Amino acid sequence: MIDWAWIGRHTDDIWSATREHLVLTALPVLLGLLLAVPLGILATRTPRLATPVLAVSGVLYTIPALAMFVFMIPFTGLTVTSAVIALTIYTLIVLVRATIDGLASVPRDVREAAEAMGYRPAARLLRVELPLALPVLIAGIRIATVSTIGLVAIGVIINVGGLGRLVYSLGFQRNFFMTPIWTGLALIVALSVVADLALIAVERRLTPWSRGR
Amino acid sequence: MVQGPLRVDFLTVLADWISDPARWTGATGIPNRLLQHLGYSVGATLIAAAIALPLGIWLGHTGRYGNLAIQITNVGRAVPTLVLILLLFALWPFNVAVIFAALVALAVPPILANAYVGIRQVDPEVRDAALGMGMRGTQLLREIEIPVAIPLIMSGVRTSAVQIVATAGLAAFVGFGGLGRLVIDGVAKGFRGTARGLPEVVWGAVLIAALAVLTELLLARVQRAVTPRGLRRHATPASEIPSASTT
Repeated sequence: MIDWAWIGRHTDDIWSATREHLVLTALPVLLGLLLAVPLGILATRTPRLATPVLAVSGVLYTIPALAMFVFMIPFTGLTVTSAVIALTIYTLIVLVRATIDGLASVPRDVREAAEAMGYRPAARLLRVELPLALPVLIAGIRIATVSTIGLVAIGVIINVGGLGRLVYSLGFQRNFFMTPIWTGLALIVALSVVADLALIAVERRLTPWSRGR
Repeated sequence: MVQGPLRVDFLTVLADWISDPARWTGATGIPNRLLQHLGYSVGATLIAAAIALPLGIWLGHTGRYGNLAIQITNVGRAVPTLVLILLLFALWPFNVAVIFAALVALAVPPILANAYVGIRQVDPEVRDAALGMGMRGTQLLREIEIPVAIPLIMSGVRTSAVQIVATAGLAAFVGFGGLGRLVIDGVAKGFRGTARGLPEVVWGAVLIAALAVLTELLLARVQRAVTPRGLRRHATPASEIPSASTT
């Protein structure tokens, strides 16, 4: 059922597809964070903005992935940029919400104690609130990362790389050759599991105080 | 790079496309695509509910194997639906059951997890009170656990149904019908010049997204209607991600 010799001959293709998949996941999640964390902070500071920010990112999220990639073509063509923009948009709702929920999870006493100790708003945000919001924020990053790993596969419709291309171009389109299909699927699942475990490790690293609870 | 789609008259192009009577009749007409889309979606949601509801409720009721089930469904979530469709289609070419199977696989995890968690998190005191009143087994399940868990159970079904509607467009990728055809056919026509295929793509996306939103609203109403009156005040599930258009 699996042609192991084919895998042996194509380790380069498989490796480059995996690398592309990683880049196409990491970039959107990082860009999404750069946009979502300030938006989430803004929405927390100015509650009037919370509803529109969430509504806009929620509406963008309902655009079918199939079409989202295609919409980018008139603007950025059949490029990696198109895929990265489309995927970044999908991470927004999860990350904005995680930022808002994370900041809301900071106990009121802690915030007041920080204020009483003389923290200015900016310092309080950076040194007290954001660190305490990390567990919720990282939970959001985990969701965004795993779902982006899955969404990258849809990029085959605009011909971007990644493991979807391995499955589609090297397997599906070549007379349903199963080996690359199974390989791509296994690697996508493996990437999701590894990325999730890595993020859990990062969380433990960054929140030493929550260990041993 | 493409001036056409960005010109103001693009809206006119969109309006012209949708108001053309040819769009509304025949096998490639919007009504037929909508029916196909609804067929995949309703069918897959019902099958997924028929599998995941009894299983999740039973696991929650007995409290056994629950973590195992959650672990398995979590790994399942990592499998992109498009890849699953390609895999199954390669194994059983041109069989429409492939679409149902892939959509069911997408929908089972949220329904299962919510049913399990819903039953598990029934207040132990409520359960003890029911046991003290002499309720046993299925009676406890039917009269206490399921009604109390209904908001969570239904929100799992709603999440899944919306995801299915948003994802059923992928059926077109392997040549089946549904609203995804508008997107795929539009892409096949190309975008050059005055947006030949683009109106079709845009309308396909808008219709799929609108159908997903309608599904969400409709099932939110159903959820409220089946929630026992005494629970309604607490019934709004805390901040939920408006689920749609995943893989």
